[in-house]
Amino acid sequence: MPKVSLTVNGKPASAEVENRTLLVELLREHLRLTGTHVGCDTSQCGACVVHVNGASVKSCTMLAVQCEGAEVVTIEGLAAPDGTLHPMQEAFREYHALQCGFCTPGMVMSAIDLVQRNPQGLSDREIREGLEGNLCRCTGYHNIVRAIAAAQQVMHGKVKELPRAAE
Amino acid sequence: MGFEGIGAAVRRREDLRFISGRGNYTDDINRPGQLHAVIIRSPHAHARIKGIDAAAAKAAPGVVAVFVGEDMAADNLGGLPCGWQVKNKDGSPMAEPPHPVLAVGKVRHVGDPVAVVIAETKGAARDAAELVSVDYEVLPAVPTLEAAQKPGAPLVHDGVAGNICYDWHLGDKDAVDAAFAKAHKVGRLELVNNRLIPNAMEPRAAVGEFDPASGDYTLYTTSQNPHVIRLLMGAFVLHIPEHKLRVVAPDVGGGFGSKIYHYAEEAIVTWAAGKVKRPVKWTAERTESFMSDAHGRDHVTVAEMAMDKDGRFLGLRVRTQANMGAYLSTFAPCVPTYLYATLLAGVYTTPAIYAEVKAVFTNSVPVDAYRGAGRPEASFLLERLVDICALEMGLDRVEIRRRNFIPSSAFPYQTPVALQYDSGDYTATLEACLKAADWAGFEARRAEAKKRGKLRGIGISTYIEACGIAPSAVVGSLGARAGLYEVANIRVNPTGSITVFTGTHSHGQGHETTFAQLIADQFGVPMSQVEIVHGDTAKIPFGMGTYGSRSLAVGGSAMVKAAEKIIAKGKRIAAHLLEASADDIEFKDGKFQVAGTDRAKALAEVSLAAYVPHNYPIEELEPGLEETAFYDPKNFTYPGGCHICEVEIDPDTGVVQVVNFCAVDDVGRVINPMIVEGQIQGGVAQGIGQALLETCVYDENGQLLSGSMMDYTLPRADDLPNIKVGTAITLCTHNPLGVKGCGEVGAIGSPPAVIGAVVDALKDYGVRHIDMPATPHKLWRIINANRPRMAAE
Repeated sequence: MPKVSLTVNGKPASAEVENRTLLVELLREHLRLTGTHVGCDTSQCGACVVHVNGASVKSCTMLAVQCEGAEVVTIEGLAAPDGTLHPMQEAFREYHALQCGFCTPGMVMSAIDLVQRNPQGLSDREIREGLEGNLCRCTGYHNIVRAIAAAQQVMHGKVKELPRAAE
Repeated sequence: MGFEGIGAAVRRREDLRFISGRGNYTDDINRPGQLHAVIIRSPHAHARIKGIDAAAAKAAPGVVAVFVGEDMAADNLGGLPCGWQVKNKDGSPMAEPPHPVLAVGKVRHVGDPVAVVIAETKGAARDAAELVSVDYEVLPAVPTLEAAQKPGAPLVHDGVAGNICYDWHLGDKDAVDAAFAKAHKVGRLELVNNRLIPNAMEPRAAVGEFDPASGDYTLYTTSQNPHVIRLLMGAFVLHIPEHKLRVVAPDVGGGFGSKIYHYAEEAIVTWAAGKVKRPVKWTAERTESFMSDAHGRDHVTVAEMAMDKDGRFLGLRVRTQANMGAYLSTFAPCVPTYLYATLLAGVYTTPAIYAEVKAVFTNSVPVDAYRGAGRPEASFLLERLVDICALEMGLDRVEIRRRNFIPSSAFPYQTPVALQYDSGDYTATLEACLKAADWAGFEARRAEAKKRGKLRGIGISTYIEACGIAPSAVVGSLGARAGLYEVANIRVNPTGSITVFTGTHSHGQGHETTFAQLIADQFGVPMSQVEIVHGDTAKIPFGMGTYGSRSLAVGGSAMVKAAEKIIAKGKRIAAHLLEASADDIEFKDGKFQVAGTDRAKALAEVSLAAYVPHNYPIEELEPGLEETAFYDPKNFTYPGGCHICEVEIDPDTGVVQVVNFCAVDDVGRVINPMIVEGQIQGGVAQGIGQALLETCVYDENGQLLSGSMMDYTLPRADDLPNIKVGTAITLCTHNPLGVKGCGEVGAIGSPPAVIGAVVDALKDYGVRHIDMPATPHKLWRIINANRPRMAAE
């Protein structure tokens, strides 16, 4: 079986995998990083989104062997070593942008990439269009859009602290 | 610490694990020595199984076992049970054909499980599944209500004549006939309530485990009600006594009803784990979810409303056909009957109602409760019919509603279809929603949209639902084979922290937060001192689980009852410690205090005394501070409200954009407004999905055409608007918290408002009603077909 070596959440990792092993299977089953979820089998839902070399990727559509030498970041690797949450994680909690939590890891990873690709800032409409690849069945997206709109202000340095949601 | 009691928008305590990837969903669980199961499913809607050749699969690398239906039958296992028996008009019981765990002799829908392959890895199991050869004799299929009821139609189950599961009725036929005889006008509507596929984001999964040393079985499963699964699977299917079977429902990624039921795969992995003496895991691929999770809705209905000269409703007559699918799912029979026809009074004073419901077996996936379960079907029918009545009478849609509302002075209000509403103020929610949506200013917006070439419409629904399910004696008399109380066990630990064990289950609802707020409020302690435990039959005494917006109304009420017992005992302990009479002790702000003095003992002092009973009334009281309450509700709860939707349609493409959505709901007392808003927004999103996007499609051979997320249109972020939510509450009068429930109102109230808006936008095109989903194709055809006529006029 081929061996794949890569960096996951800043740490070196390697595993022997089958040729057909998907990146998400490498993460979940070999490395036991179960924060990345599988919600479909047609690349529609986005629950499995991770960052590969800085860009968001649906890890169910990439083979593990394609990730040789890659830098992969998953939901488990977002917070600082001291536990300080990424502003997007913090915003999802503050704005009640999750309910069952199953789509959340992929949604957060997609949202971070979306914001990073758009330093000019995104309108609510653009955020909705940018979430085209991620499904959520619980929230109706309303609060996800609010969370991303708030987080981008922190990520772009417009404000130091995440704006609080109204009580 | 800010205010975190009842009414505070406390941020959810479960979120930290979910936003950092540390949730613990069933597929995240891996047991030592675990094997993987792949289910082989029927590719045909209806076929005889002539033989199964699994020899090659059994010999394939990594394969441990292959089991078929006959293997389970040889162990004398039972079939999947149905939890509700509905009776026919003549009093005879419904048809209840067997539902084998793995098909025996015949398959009855695409996706019907036929065999299971168990192997060292998922890949090996998949590869071996390809080697299993099933010899099918394909039979003609009846996938739809229409096909199954044609004269001479093939039978889904031998011995179920005409494919009729039951032919049921409710109400007073003679009174309704009399109402129609004297009617000034009649509003009439034929409609289809489209079949939906729930699609919780987490696919179902199950891990079965057997301990040969103790003989204990454990099942980890994606369930909304682990105790119910233990009862059904243990007692009826696998014959494992409850004390030898533990069911754990850990973090569950959404349910919406689809994870209530006892499914074949749960029994398969549990039984197989005992056979192979190793843990067995199965996780659905999404394609399997589409063809094996219970579907929702699927009604065809004719409804008529008799009105007097003022547009007051005199009588309602409803005939519904309901699709049960190929087998009876756990609660399927009650959905189109007791959760549907009982809601047909709505918020109106209609004095006479008669409903007939025919439930039909088809070669399709079983249909059961999906978010709202019967009540969305009732509210869609009634609210669409009220709009038709307004057209018929030449009355404004708001005015006809006002004329027929049950006045707020009329509670408790007995409807002609069995329910007694305890409280409500339909005018209050209506007025608040009209204002929030600027109903009065709509015509100006319509005119402005017209200048941009858009057809703008507005729709309204004033709905009610019944939840907080349910009084056990009542549902028992109606055919339920279970009680529907809820259980809470509260343990005040020696140092004064509190652990609450609840029989409800959270799969997105935020119970760990809401219940902690409730308990913190009851005991006057910080939320940080409270832990909520759910989802494990080994920890929780018993419970009926979460569905029908019952967790707070029934489960929360059980907590209040258990808390009352704790406080009563605490008073006696405190009285001893303070050398006072228990009658003189008040419990307030976390302290037991001698009334009118400053002499008090904190909860932690009392609990310590209870567990270290050195100075303790040991002759009168047992040590410890832990109480259990079973709360059986006295009535359903009746949330209601008003939803207003505004849409714009592009006449060139038929695309509908929801440009405004306002909901004002009466959900009773609100514990956490942030969570309530989120629940309503999510429900509305599913309602808009039903109205505009989603539908399950079978072809004439019973092939599932909408069998993946590429084919079944789930709402995406850019399909939905911002959803404005408000509340105007009245308190439930019969539970201790005054709560009603908020989990399903969004999905119940919104579809008629959306379709009402689409119909209003197309009012110049001769449209009175449009069946869901109002897709661009459907609307474009209507617009296009009516264009020439409009041009000629």
